[in-house]
Amino acid sequence: MADPVEHGITANQANSLRHGPDERGHFGGWYGGRFVAETLMPLVLELEQAYNAAKADPSFQKELDFYLRDYVGRPSPLWFARRMTEELGGAKIYMKREELNHTGSHKLNNVMGQILLARRMGRTRIVAETGAGQHGVATATVCALFGMKCVIYMGATDVERQSPNVFRMRLLGAEVVPVTAGAGTLKDAMNEAMRDWVANVADTYFLVGTVAGPHPYPAMVRDFQSVIGEETKEQMQAAEGRLPDVVVAAIGGGSNAMGIFHPFLDDSSVRLIGVEAAGCGLDSGKTAASIERGRPGVLHGNRTYLLQNADGQIDEAHSISAGLDYPGVGPEHSWLSDIGRAEYVGATDTEALDAFQLCTRTEGIIPALESAHAIAYAAKIAPTLPKDTLLVVNISGRGDKDIFTVAEHLGVKL
Amino acid sequence: MSRIAARFKSLAAEGRGALIPYLEAYDPDLETSLALLKAMPAAGADLIEVGMPFSDPSADGPVIQAAARRGLKAGATLPGVLAMVAEFRKENAETPVILMGYLNPIEAYGYDRFCTDAAKAGVDGLIIVDLPPEEADVIEKPAEEAGLDIIRLVAPTTSDERLRYVLSHASGFVYYVSITGITGTRTASKHDLKEALPRLRAATDLPVAIGFGIRSPEQAATAASIADGAVVASVLLATLAETLDADGKATAETLPRVLEQIRDLAAAVRADVPAADQTA
Repeated sequence: MADPVEHGITANQANSLRHGPDERGHFGGWYGGRFVAETLMPLVLELEQAYNAAKADPSFQKELDFYLRDYVGRPSPLWFARRMTEELGGAKIYMKREELNHTGSHKLNNVMGQILLARRMGRTRIVAETGAGQHGVATATVCALFGMKCVIYMGATDVERQSPNVFRMRLLGAEVVPVTAGAGTLKDAMNEAMRDWVANVADTYFLVGTVAGPHPYPAMVRDFQSVIGEETKEQMQAAEGRLPDVVVAAIGGGSNAMGIFHPFLDDSSVRLIGVEAAGCGLDSGKTAASIERGRPGVLHGNRTYLLQNADGQIDEAHSISAGLDYPGVGPEHSWLSDIGRAEYVGATDTEALDAFQLCTRTEGIIPALESAHAIAYAAKIAPTLPKDTLLVVNISGRGDKDIFTVAEHLGVKL
Repeated sequence: MSRIAARFKSLAAEGRGALIPYLEAYDPDLETSLALLKAMPAAGADLIEVGMPFSDPSADGPVIQAAARRGLKAGATLPGVLAMVAEFRKENAETPVILMGYLNPIEAYGYDRFCTDAAKAGVDGLIIVDLPPEEADVIEKPAEEAGLDIIRLVAPTTSDERLRYVLSHASGFVYYVSITGITGTRTASKHDLKEALPRLRAATDLPVAIGFGIRSPEQAATAASIADGAVVASVLLATLAETLDADGKATAETLPRVLEQIRDLAAAVRADVPAADQTA
């Protein structure tokens, strides 16, 4: 029997949590939006139109599927982490292996979608921001693949702590511009990338790396990352014949989490847990936990939870992981937190370092420090859950880039 | 009639455009920036833009970024900026003051309370860089009730169709961002400006001021003659920065040098015949 249809959508669709944002780009009527200078507004509107047209064009999806399979290497496996499960003695832990993608993280899923879109739009120059360098490497990679000019803005602090990725980007032909403003981290790189975009509107495409920024970026990046959750759903069905009970993912801007959460939003039995970087501790004043310790405000084109002072000045975030070291979070996460559909928790630098070693030792998988935050929380709750609980943790990236940071914290000189 | 409307009307009667200099509040400290604000009208400022420092000024170039950092370091807060304007208003009832900045500090302050307090302090208009009309419903009503103009930026990238939409949300005057870029970098040619103005005039009866990239007295005179006003910001902040000592503190040169530059700009804007154009 057909659903009653009103305003072109069915009652079932209206009850779904998967239809956001609204036409203004708002999630839940408040988060998200388009808070950019007038010079950029026409570009943001053009991008939205171009994305909608691409989404409706089967040839675009076909092209994307081809590159995802033969270049990115999808689907990524869902791995049963037997030894970690046994060691923790509780929930059955599965790992979604996004670190096996080409370039070593989930970032390429989104970048591949956006570079194909940029090509459709006739843009020839790509700018992007990067924190840990994973998004920068992914962007530089597709620019090499398609022969496009690539400029990556990266905080000077991050350039230092992620030097292998800087070298990779330069090998791939990208210009890496260190940003010295502020604390020289992801927030400052984002400001500088926006300044570049506003100055080079005619030929430049701003390739945002996470589910933040002005509409349509949060929705578009989420759509491109949702392949993670869609595969997880199918793979868990094949492995266990049912949905997972718990899905855990790390959150900086939140693109790997949004990608694995989104296909499960309407499956109310599935607990969704986003793990923010608590840094030195949630109440230490040195944290990147925007949802847990921030409040809503406007930065970088969207309204979302932000770490800020009483006067609305944005605070510097802190995390051992450069990829999570950002004082904001994607607006859809802010909404999911407010309505209680997803839980947001923190893992400290120390907990992430422990989890980094646990995963490496028990599974032979060296995770990115970003992903280690998710593993840390999964390892914390797994022993408290029944043995038939199915828990998926998203291994969003591999940790080769982090071995220097980890060695330093463990007191080892390389 | 609002201060802004009254000022543009009287300048039109004089047959010249407005000089609109910019200062960043609390740059490099409250005392200096307040003294500068108070001295600007006598130096030839017709309207004044006061920058509200923000930690992440993503539409601004290096010069305004540095000024904002100095302001924040000196303790700038939104209540502090409003108090500064109130202090200025004790001495000056005619010169319009426009606050320019980013949305988040205003959202943190609270829209209703901010508009009420800003009007009470003697603020006449607001330019909020990252608030396009699509999102402006949060502040339009309280601003109108408080009698504050919302000054809209329009850019070379703004299409004719969008121009009508943007201007339907504008009041006070229209700020034409003459280049695609951040503040204080490129400069538009006289030719570009002459092409752009008829498009704006066709879409609005509001006065039009040109900003972004105006550095010299000649450029200011050109802009003020083609349009109704010229906004000059980065070059003044750069001069101020040059006069600071090694610790970033104001020196005896700070006020005189910035004011001298404003006087030069004002003289060019007021000259009967605009000086030889050097930008075409």
